[in-house]
Amino acid sequence: MIELNDVHKSFGENEVLKGITASVQKGEVVCIVGPSGSGKSTILRCINGLESYDRGEISVEGLKVDRDAPSIVNIRTQVSMVFQRFNLFPHRTALENVIEGPLYVKREPRAQALERGRALLAQVGLAEKADAHPPQLSGGQQQRVAIARALAMQPKAILFDEPTSALDPELVGDVLGVMRKLADDGMTMVVVTHEMGFARDVADRVLFIDGGVIVEQGPAKALLNQPQHPRTQDFLRRVLHPL
Amino acid sequence: MKGFWHDAAEFFPILMNGVVLTIVVTIGSLLLSTVLGLVWAMMRVSGIKALSMISASLINVIRGIPIIVLLFYLYFVMPDLGVTLSALQAAILGLGIAYSAYQAENFRAGIEAIDKGQIEAAQSIGMGWWLTMRRVVLPQAVRIVLPPYGNVMIMMLKDSSQASTITVAELALQGKLIASSTFKNTNVFTLVALMYLTMSIPLILLVRHFEKRAGKR
Repeated sequence: MIELNDVHKSFGENEVLKGITASVQKGEVVCIVGPSGSGKSTILRCINGLESYDRGEISVEGLKVDRDAPSIVNIRTQVSMVFQRFNLFPHRTALENVIEGPLYVKREPRAQALERGRALLAQVGLAEKADAHPPQLSGGQQQRVAIARALAMQPKAILFDEPTSALDPELVGDVLGVMRKLADDGMTMVVVTHEMGFARDVADRVLFIDGGVIVEQGPAKALLNQPQHPRTQDFLRRVLHPL
Repeated sequence: MKGFWHDAAEFFPILMNGVVLTIVVTIGSLLLSTVLGLVWAMMRVSGIKALSMISASLINVIRGIPIIVLLFYLYFVMPDLGVTLSALQAAILGLGIAYSAYQAENFRAGIEAIDKGQIEAAQSIGMGWWLTMRRVVLPQAVRIVLPPYGNVMIMMLKDSSQASTITVAELALQGKLIASSTFKNTNVFTLVALMYLTMSIPLILLVRHFEKRAGKR
């Protein structure tokens, strides 16, 4: 469903992606792990055209991702994104955040958007927060509203960019719980994360990225339990046993 | 003091005619400068190089010309080019254009103060440039922009007196006419000053209200 073929990307002199080739099948959950600055987030941002890429090709359901082409809107409505810092619209309530896309991008009838919006907030456990503004919500609640906002577009896949990195530790579980349910329901997900437990239990496959290349990839349990490459072994040892 | 109140009662009705024109010029040029300022600011942040450069140079040209010269140009030079404007039209146009440069810079600062993550979130749900502006950026920028906008309103009210130089009989010119025919300079100009101040006070309170609201978040 999502194909990356030899994707290169530089920020000035600094080449952050050095030929990424990967694919994500429908219904698959793929976690991308690796040290910070390795290019994980950049991959996600290239897939929905928030960032351009220099060489290679990315396609979503056969449609080439080109952030300067009109087709990018089409791709973005099919591939939603959840951000590390939530990026909810602070001037709108939780419910308004959720229905913004359906109303103004997809032009759904208001009654229908509202009904679906409420159902989505209930799905992420925030039915009673529909009228709250983002600053009145905890980080975990904000991130769950952001997931509902992504779901409201009825996407074929969702990209998660370190969705729990900005959260207090005790709030991480709620967000991961919502994500696990989505995975169980068959949503196609690409998740950049440092939550190795989530990756091991929920992901079908894990990509380990370092220095802009895929160092190792494979089924989640196998890769995280018996990493083959020394850099993967070293990274996992540091993450799992920081002391 | 008794003399002042006596004169005030006598001149007040005439000066009120001036006040009406002062308000017309202020509101007219405020609206014009807001619309033009928004256009310049949008061009500036459009991401299209040509538009952004045109807007930047325009703003600099406008900022570099004194308001009074702009007014003279519109009122005295434009007729030579075949465009005749009434004094009131020239005043509103001149002040509107002159202030559009400041409005534009104010609006641009407000737009650029919005977190990039907001724009990315809008893009990620498929919003195009204009929809992002209208639904996400501008509603948030308004809060940031309002306090300086209120200050511009006060400055415009006072600068509307420059319209007197091209014969618009607003408050300052009415005062000057009465003073030169009665020689009661002190009383007349004190009254004129008090009338400007009276009109400014609601605006000053409005700015304070905007600042409080902006400070809440």
